[in-house]
Amino acid sequence: MKILVCLSNVPDTTSKITFTDNNTKFNTAGVQFIINPYDELALTRALEITEKQGGTVTTITVGLPETEPSIRKGLAIGATDAVRVNAEATDAYFVAEQIAAYAKAEGFDLILTGREGIDYNSGQVAGLLGEMLGLPSVNVITSIEIENGIATMERDIDGGKEKVSCKLPLVASAQKELTEPRIPNMRGIMAARTKPLKVVEATGSEKTSATVAFDLPPAKGGVKLIAPEDAASLIGILHNDIKII
Amino acid sequence: MNTSQEFFHANKPDLYNHPDYYLMDELLTEEHKLIRQSVRDWVKKDLSPIIEDVAQKATFPMHMIKGLADVGAFGPQLPAEYGCGGMDYITYGIIMQELERCDSGVRSTASVQGSLVMYPIYKFGSEEQKHKYLPKLAKGELMGCFGLTEPNHGSNPAGMTTNFRDAGDGKHVILNGAKMWISNSPFADIAVVWAKNEQGKIKGIIVERGMEGFTTPETHNKWSLRTSATGELVFNDVKVPVENILPSVEGLKGPLTCLNSARYGISWGAIGAAMDCYDTALRYSKERIQFGRPIAGFQLQQKKLAEMITEITKAQLLTWRLGVLMNEGRATPAQISMAKRNNVDLALNVSRNARQMLGGMGITGEYSIMRHMMNLESVVTYEGTHDIHLLITGMDITGISAFE
Repeated sequence: MKILVCLSNVPDTTSKITFTDNNTKFNTAGVQFIINPYDELALTRALEITEKQGGTVTTITVGLPETEPSIRKGLAIGATDAVRVNAEATDAYFVAEQIAAYAKAEGFDLILTGREGIDYNSGQVAGLLGEMLGLPSVNVITSIEIENGIATMERDIDGGKEKVSCKLPLVASAQKELTEPRIPNMRGIMAARTKPLKVVEATGSEKTSATVAFDLPPAKGGVKLIAPEDAASLIGILHNDIKII
Repeated sequence: MNTSQEFFHANKPDLYNHPDYYLMDELLTEEHKLIRQSVRDWVKKDLSPIIEDVAQKATFPMHMIKGLADVGAFGPQLPAEYGCGGMDYITYGIIMQELERCDSGVRSTASVQGSLVMYPIYKFGSEEQKHKYLPKLAKGELMGCFGLTEPNHGSNPAGMTTNFRDAGDGKHVILNGAKMWISNSPFADIAVVWAKNEQGKIKGIIVERGMEGFTTPETHNKWSLRTSATGELVFNDVKVPVENILPSVEGLKGPLTCLNSARYGISWGAIGAAMDCYDTALRYSKERIQFGRPIAGFQLQQKKLAEMITEITKAQLLTWRLGVLMNEGRATPAQISMAKRNNVDLALNVSRNARQMLGGMGITGEYSIMRHMMNLESVVTYEGTHDIHLLITGMDITGISAFE
């Protein structure tokens, strides 16, 4: 079993979000980065599968050198080896194209991603990879078992669950319930020092989209208290100021 | 910092994040930071939810031993060829800091195993002893304790009366005496014991549980380090094989070398306790409203917080520098004494001020502060008391001993 896991490097969820360059760039100053939590689930599940039935788990990250601590953590958690495509990752199409180029050349039985990055939340890479590689792509899975070259997966659908079976190779994206993330142990961290981390250059394609501007949600306003007996002024505010009635 | 562990377990109450006022993280390697985050994630997942209950009940959480071994808490600074971490001294310090951030008792268990049991076996043991004990100690399959202090010999260990003599069969020695205030003793599989031979020279000797005449009664009713097991070691004509004697050291230098390593870990650990108290008090003071505004806005509370972060920052830098000297093999025992004394003292002061800021809530088990404060009363005493460390500095700078 040869598995590819896509790891994205995202801001820690407690980061304070600000922008620079006229609100077109995320300000990374003082921000800590982590492996995208959904991608970490994908990695953990991949390791569980290969620990049971043998095989290798390669991680791939599209990112500049500063993403390497997250990649090294993936190796410490247990990945066999890692690839970094040396380019900034902001555009889902561009990222998917880079991963597809590598995956096509190498050939994998299974490609796992997180259901979305918790930074830009586009949730497109798994679907795009399926299309680019001509493989089935199953989104937002909560379980995956593999037997005799067939993957059986569960996914949440509105009001219930769907059970899907699909022949390998395929692409699937991880949802929260897929497994529990692992904490790297000392042996893993020691082993990660010598595991291969290959850097490849991006393939030629241009980014297909550009950010025009980011906006933060408006700051929470104060609360205006109106006495219960004063319904008239409440109606006045809703009618004249907020204009919703 | 919020990794996947917290992203998927958002309801957990342990909100700790370490203060880093002088951007000290920039002095650490990526591997240091990965190890710190891994230990912290483990602590938050497996220890924080149970630690208060364990302390209240004063029961040692045996199930945490495997977790401690997995995160590398047992001898991370010793070589990989003996099944240890092969990491540097800063890594060792970071691990002790993350553990003591949770509880000094947990850190004590790890300190004893790594610095007082594994370290002397590594430093003074034969190759056979190293291969026999170190890999199992690193994995937590064997737990150890360290016997130096006696009922009548605390700050003056040279006066010890525990002794051994030749058994007459050429294969064994007979050990007699008693040791007191021994962390891990009630459950330890082995004890590294310091005792005098027939010539009155201090030697290290590995005593194994099950040897006839060797008992480890537990010390009960401690108000401090309630998550760590403490006891005595009693030797009543214990027959110990001669191959259990550590061959490469003689005299007080042996135990003192081990204490240097442990004290170094304590100097990092104590800052962990201080940072947890500060972090808790800072968060509480911003949320607690009195007179219509957060108490963090009042000058007397700001004074406490500002002094805490100042002292913590100074200690962080002092200790990091000591770590570099340790890595280079240049740290002196007196430098380690200064760091241990300074950092435990500041941690006690921070815990007391933080306790005041939380008012009545500060004395409850809802918050970690009072537990830290009570723990630190042991930490300020063991591994060289606050006063003795001062006299070590005094002796170092004047060249005159005030002990004798």
